Amino acid sequence: MKLGKLMAAASLAVMATSAQAEGVKVGMITTLSGGGAGLGIDVRDGFLLAVKQAGRDDIEVVVEDDQRKPDIAVQLADEMIQSEKVDVLTGIIWSNLAMAVVPGAVAQGKFYLSPNAGPSALAGKGCHPNYFNVAWQNDNLHEAAGAHANDAGFKNSFILAPNYPAGTDALTGYKRMYEGDLAGEVYTQLGQTDYAAEIAQIRASDADSVFFFLPGGMGISFLKQYADSGVDLPVVGPAFSFDQGILQAVGDAAMGVKNTSQWGKDIDNPTNAGFVESFQAEYGRLPSLYASQGFDTANLLISAIEAADISDADAFRAALKAADFDSVRGEFSFSDNHHPVQDIYVREVIKEGDVFTNKLVGTALSGHSNAYVGDCKM
Amino acid sequence: MTRETLLNLALLALLLLIPLAAWALDEPFLITLTTRAVIFAIAGIGLNLALGFGGLVSLGHAVFFGIGGYTMGILASHAQSYTPLAEWPLLIEGTNSMPVIWIAAILFSALAALAIGALSLRTTGVYFIMITLAFGQMFYFFAISWPAYGGEDGLSIYVRNRFAGLNMMDPIQFFAICYALLLATLFLMSRLVRSPFGLALGAARQNTDRVQAVGQMPYRLFLTAFTISGAITGLAGALFADLNRFVSPTMFSWQTSGEIMVFVILGGVGRVYGPVAGAALFILLEHLLGGLSDYWHIYLGAILLGVVLFGRGGLYGMLTGRQVAHD
Amino acid sequence: MTTTLLIEQTLNGMQFGVMLFLMAAGLTLVFGVMGLINLAHGSLYMIGAFAAAATSAATGSFALALIASLMAAAIAGVLVEMLVIRRLYDRDHLDQVLATFALILIFSEGTRWAFGSFPLFLDPPEILSGTVTLPFGIIYSKYRLFIILVGLAVAAGLFWMVARTRIGIQIRAGENDREMVAALGVNISRLYTLVFALGAALAGLAGMLIGAIQSVQVGMGEPVLILAFVVIVIGGIGSIKGAFIGALLVGLTDTLGRFLLPKGFGLVMDPASATTVGASVASMAIYILMAAVLIFRPRGLFGSA
Repeated sequence: MKLGKLMAAASLAVMATSAQAEGVKVGMITTLSGGGAGLGIDVRDGFLLAVKQAGRDDIEVVVEDDQRKPDIAVQLADEMIQSEKVDVLTGIIWSNLAMAVVPGAVAQGKFYLSPNAGPSALAGKGCHPNYFNVAWQNDNLHEAAGAHANDAGFKNSFILAPNYPAGTDALTGYKRMYEGDLAGEVYTQLGQTDYAAEIAQIRASDADSVFFFLPGGMGISFLKQYADSGVDLPVVGPAFSFDQGILQAVGDAAMGVKNTSQWGKDIDNPTNAGFVESFQAEYGRLPSLYASQGFDTANLLISAIEAADISDADAFRAALKAADFDSVRGEFSFSDNHHPVQDIYVREVIKEGDVFTNKLVGTALSGHSNAYVGDCKM
Repeated sequence: MTRETLLNLALLALLLLIPLAAWALDEPFLITLTTRAVIFAIAGIGLNLALGFGGLVSLGHAVFFGIGGYTMGILASHAQSYTPLAEWPLLIEGTNSMPVIWIAAILFSALAALAIGALSLRTTGVYFIMITLAFGQMFYFFAISWPAYGGEDGLSIYVRNRFAGLNMMDPIQFFAICYALLLATLFLMSRLVRSPFGLALGAARQNTDRVQAVGQMPYRLFLTAFTISGAITGLAGALFADLNRFVSPTMFSWQTSGEIMVFVILGGVGRVYGPVAGAALFILLEHLLGGLSDYWHIYLGAILLGVVLFGRGGLYGMLTGRQVAHD
Repeated sequence: MTTTLLIEQTLNGMQFGVMLFLMAAGLTLVFGVMGLINLAHGSLYMIGAFAAAATSAATGSFALALIASLMAAAIAGVLVEMLVIRRLYDRDHLDQVLATFALILIFSEGTRWAFGSFPLFLDPPEILSGTVTLPFGIIYSKYRLFIILVGLAVAAGLFWMVARTRIGIQIRAGENDREMVAALGVNISRLYTLVFALGAALAGLAGMLIGAIQSVQVGMGEPVLILAFVVIVIGGIGSIKGAFIGALLVGLTDTLGRFLLPKGFGLVMDPASATTVGASVASMAIYILMAAVLIFRPRGLFGSA
């Protein structure tokens, strides 16, 4: 049998002591190897930290690595549902893997709590009562960027994203809120690392601002090259290119850039302050938004376990929907299609001592839901 | 009975016994794992025809795997949503009947293999390797940016396709279908390599000029082999899509091509049953090593390296002690 | 679209081409002289970038980072050649593909084990940051200009080495007839190690130069590896001139394609579709180019028969 179990200290105690009574078994499928591993590691660490802090002895977490491959993710989901007999699945970072795993899993009666990926298909036509997204719907942070662009007075934006569904969704989300004109709309190649051509186009257009969605290494490359190019237009983007893990690699090139996020480490409430401090104490690094999402997902689950029994699916579902837990984001509730209704903030990249991080400078959208509620026929 | 035949039978028996045991013990996951190995074996058998017997190192064979998968995905998704594929000039409805899908997958992969082969076989050696890779990449990027069928997000098919009254969602029944197809493919291959065509192909691999001198046309031999090889890998692709109930552009990627090649080489190039051994071994390694550490790829790489450097002829070569010539 | 923009894009294409040349030059030498397909070349590129990032973080000096990347890649190259590659010369391409594929796995996860999963920081030095104004009023990045110059210098150096030095003669002879060269008393195994190390150093240099304006992360070598193979196939295996011309062709096709194709499609379809269709076709452009070249010149542009 596959041995890749990584258990939190609390779960280890469970194995050694009590008989497995009415505990909840959680299967976490996330990316722990290869280039995108940073995100999965953060989600896992945030999730396990919350489980540890809850101190309950009836939660068991099985963690597996999906290597960012859809077929491995499907295989792991099968293993978790059929062999490990988990009750709840979670962990997937990427939308394409989520699309491979979630429909099948929820159709088999399991609950899925997404700590990251929020594809529009699962928010609209493909929504399901057992699917809950604790982070955001994919378009949200881009819509917030569009709203911020209006507030900042941008009239002629140049927008770019890679040519794949998340990229096209990003530009659609931005355009949904943004009210100005577009100086240019460019789809780059997925995995592209050289943006000289696109930056030259930005320079030649009469744009007054730039919006981009380029996750991972693509964003690092773009920011560095943009900073070096002498084009001085204000840049705005979603937090995915400015999270704590990536910022150190970008360095000064990211200074002053605005990014939109549903979380920042300086959101002012006790849960968040406790989270940031304990995360840093436990893992020796500052948390990113992915870690905060993992943390909130675990706490949502724990709140449902406290309110209802997992064997009563309807009651458990209602408990999840009630979302009666302390979120690091403050107020938290679900829309009718099980995505968060929340404030989305504007952050600015600053330097604190030697470390690059984000500082909250404003709110782009308040109490924002998502655009697909009407399509969901739950 | 030669050692090779013994090994062949042992493999087939193992692949049958494990799922049966798992079914008796109610461990459905092991059945799914074995089904995966069987499907990859079929893909490898396809590649082995071109690579092992034809000497054509195709680094873009995932193209056919992907075409088979997407054929299944497109037909099934249209059936799922009750919308026809096309209304003019013919009304083409979607379908989720397995035999129809298999035939379509084989047909389209064969056509693609014919076209790609016709162009690529004008080159030889590493140029051939690269041009097949180029076609693979072209399809990969095309699939990513084709929004109609999910693009990079891929396409989910909620239920498995239908086959004559059997329940395909039951792992053991789906496994039975795949196993039957594996046996059929192996039978086809073993007849093929002993046929006049197969012998001529082997000769063409070893000495193209001489074959031409005796009046055969190597180009035709290679093209036929390449086409059949693509068709078999395409069938495997359709089954793979069915297994995962999901199809995505990664099926076209060069990493997938590389993996299929690994199965063939691990098992022993040029042996009919080689890919079966290679696929089974690879899946086993992937499964076992994954638990050792987060960095288990290092162990996998070390083992593969060891097999190449010290185990001549792959698994079959090591166990039967007899080398089969290959290019 | 102005002339200035067009010229700037052409410069960008050339710069991309020069970056590809640095990668491809090592690869074509290794393949031409030793007949070896080396899939692990991308890993050597990554090692160069990581060595540079680590050195730069520790010492703050770009020059030291440059030396570190060359040395780390060359040493890795020598080790790999002596331990693994040496046993593969007599084997066929398949075994070489599998063995070097296994090396990719080992190097990638090994690097992740040593350096962690998050990307590393590497920046160009102060004196090379910022822009410079070229004729025609083009504002161009100083660092990119630096890369073009380094690439051209390396190309010139390689041409000179291959055409005018003893080693170059041995290399050219080795490409032609390995056994004869050995029979004539040249220490073949030392020549091979040297060529491999040289190829590795070139890859490491490329990794470091490009890593400074892109991201230094695990797996950064694979996409470049594929492109490098495309380049040497278009140019003809074993030919440095072919690698240079091929690299420029690929660089220009890719850059100008990404820029012009969406506009071209915009003439016949609506803007939204034109951008997506144009972008899709642009991503396939270099592969279409390679297939076209191979169909008309099955050995590449400057490949030997």
